[in-house]
Amino acid sequence: MFKALVALTTPLLPEDYLSLVDPLWSTTELRGRVVGVRRETDRATTLTIRPGRAWTGHRAGQYVRIGVDVAGVRHWRTYSLSGPEGEADLTITVQALPDGLVSRHLVDATPVGSIVRLEQAAGDFVLPSPVPAKLLMVTAGSGITPVMSMLRTLGAHPDVVVLHSAPTAADVIFADELAARPGTVVRHTTEHGRLDLAELDALCPDWRDREAFVCGPAGLLDAAEEHWGEARARLHLERFTPPVRSTGGAGGTVTFGDRDVEVDGGASLLEAGEEAGVLLPSGCRMGICFSCILPLRDGQVRDLRTGEIHGEPGDMVQTCITGATGTARLDLRPAEENR
Amino acid sequence: MTSTFDVPTGTPTPPVRTVASRPSPVAAGLTEAQVEELGRRLDAIRDRVVADRGQRDADYIHSVIRTQRYLEVGGRALLFAGILPPAWVAGTAMLSASKIIENMELGHNIMHGQWDWMRDPKIHSSTWDWDNTSPAEAWKYTHNYEHHTYTNVVGRDRDVGYGILRMSDEQQWRPYYLFNPLWNALLATFFQWGVALHDLEAEKIAAGEKSLRSVWPQLKAIGRKVRRQFTKDYLVFPALAGPFFLPVLTGNATANLVRNLWSHAVIFCGHFPDGAVQFSEEQLDGETRGQWYLRQMLGSANLEGGPLFHLMTGNLSFQIEHHLFPDLPSNRYAEIAPEIRAICAEYGLEYTSGPLWRQYAQVLRTINRLALPPRKGTAPEPTALTPEPAPPLAA
Ligand SMILES: Cc1cc2nc3c(=O)[nH]c(=O)nc-3n(C[C@H](O)[C@H](O)[C@H](O)COP(=O)(O)OP(=O)(O)OC[C@H]3O[C@@H](n4cnc5c(N)ncnc54)[C@H](O)[C@@H]3O)c2cc1C
Ligand code: FES
Repeated sequence: MFKALVALTTPLLPEDYLSLVDPLWSTTELRGRVVGVRRETDRATTLTIRPGRAWTGHRAGQYVRIGVDVAGVRHWRTYSLSGPEGEADLTITVQALPDGLVSRHLVDATPVGSIVRLEQAAGDFVLPSPVPAKLLMVTAGSGITPVMSMLRTLGAHPDVVVLHSAPTAADVIFADELAARPGTVVRHTTEHGRLDLAELDALCPDWRDREAFVCGPAGLLDAAEEHWGEARARLHLERFTPPVRSTGGAGGTVTFGDRDVEVDGGASLLEAGEEAGVLLPSGCRMGICFSCILPLRDGQVRDLRTGEIHGEPGDMVQTCITGATGTARLDLRPAEENR
Repeated sequence: MTSTFDVPTGTPTPPVRTVASRPSPVAAGLTEAQVEELGRRLDAIRDRVVADRGQRDADYIHSVIRTQRYLEVGGRALLFAGILPPAWVAGTAMLSASKIIENMELGHNIMHGQWDWMRDPKIHSSTWDWDNTSPAEAWKYTHNYEHHTYTNVVGRDRDVGYGILRMSDEQQWRPYYLFNPLWNALLATFFQWGVALHDLEAEKIAAGEKSLRSVWPQLKAIGRKVRRQFTKDYLVFPALAGPFFLPVLTGNATANLVRNLWSHAVIFCGHFPDGAVQFSEEQLDGETRGQWYLRQMLGSANLEGGPLFHLMTGNLSFQIEHHLFPDLPSNRYAEIAPEIRAICAEYGLEYTSGPLWRQYAQVLRTINRLALPPRKGTAPEPTALTPEPAPPLAA
């Protein structure tokens, strides 16, 4: 049946025409439509997204990668799912960073009806099963989101202590829901200072007996790792920090498939790769023919023409006009059949 | 035309003489330093447009894609009622327009990487495929690489004659070329096939330079594309129309023909009207970026018309701008064209441009002229190159 349809739409796919009616009817790209936008605080917004049929759901605490077009360019970012397990629609709660490209777009410029790209939910910051009898959640800022998914999934679980921090009352995401939960302490840090984990003994004396989930700024997570020490096995952490970005120094180590190649400042990835004996596609060698592109797996690279550093996983890199900056990994394509 | 340049010889920059061939861009009457300055100015234009790409451009390509798909769906739907002449005409016209846009403004430009910056895997040079008998990968090699790198270099740019025609005085005359006009008419009619064979370097196979075996994988790829297009246009859609098989079949065939004739006309007007210069292989040696730009500029020719005309040519009506910046979004060519034209005027360079009918008439005249062997002593004498200007001072 599908094959018969493809015969009608070749070289495109049926979905390329069906998307004219509904963009969610895609089998090659998982997409979602924003069906709800709820302001949580001045800086945070919850988006309800109806995913295409291929969406397989999430476990409380997991995240999803979302592809959003900002000024015409696709960007991928990771957001924890804030809704309970088992809901058909998914929700994310995004807090805008002052100069954040994607977070500001999602918070301020993503009306109901917008289409986003999605990947399946992933991540192992999830509740063990069976659910432990006693839980402790320590969160700060937007770190509440994966924990909120857990709380919503658990419902009236008898024994969860939640310690949440935000700068002021106005910054507390899910304030009403948190206020309604017994065993919840919300700290306004501009007034009362940051939570010192030494205070745990007073706030939650049996913290060592609890399965602990901590999510928030890097400082909080590092402190928790240290504080739990021996009891680390009971501690679950989720880091929101983005992958390390290149600093801008020229040159570095680039992995082509499974070959590591040292690339120095002025050299293009193509030259350096070929020099090291990697079989690479190429054509004009001056950036006009697009014969030489390879997909970037991770890391960042430098445009030799502009000096601009760029790269997100999945980007297509023109190796003849691109240099190294720090480490990066490129996938190799199978040799072109008609060269 | 006044020159603002301080030409070392103290003479004003001479205008370019529109001969078929000349040995080096320096022959355009510029010094090496001027050529490099020209290159820097063009780079600056490129950088400016690259930095400015954004939502407006993304909206443009999305709307072209939508328009093309609606045209195709609408055209095919109307053809189902193709037993009624007005429906047949309208359906065929819509399908023709759809195929032209799909071929030129979408396929050609997307496969140039013009929209890769959007990072949308659906609109990307590495994934796009077109409704054409030439497979995307093969075409990207002969077009993006061979044609755009070696533009108008006789012997290197196989778009000069497509291995079929004599398009340059530099090509040795053979009796076969007496049929130049006929070959051209056939090429125009079956243009998408011509392009596919072009990718195959069929003429080298005929000359025994290439074995049939070596091109087998390519042949298979072309075969797959041909089979799919045939199945779609000449089997499945006509069959779906049941009793109206014939109107659908003829409508589809006509649309393919119209697309072939149109794209052939536009593409031949890009490099072969009077004024477009051809080059010899020697001058590729040590060619600088500035000289490369100059070659693109002198080797290409524009077409004049309105916005709809430009869309239907895939903006190849801005062939000069396209050859300078093959990977800038096509909707930007119209914007930078006045600037490029002004730069040409400033440097005393010919900016070849004219209406389609005139440029195409010139192309046909050249094709007819080149069918005959060169006659000694008559103009234009292509190999008599204009004298080089005074040797340029070192920059
Ligand atoms: C597993 C995981 C789950 C996440 N869940 C959520 C969530 O539920 N809600 C939410 O709002 N965000 C969440 N994030 C963070 C989110 O992915 C983005 O990093 C964040 O929205 C910033 O993206 P941006 O494009 O706006 O910022 P960018 O334009 O990429 O960066 C703007 C500036 O902020 C800095 N920056 C970027 N990201 C961070 C960060 N995470 N911490 C500190 N500084 C940063 C950059 O260095 C830069 O200076 C999560 C991240 C991960 C890895
Ligand atoms: S080799 Fe032509 S773009 Fe890189």
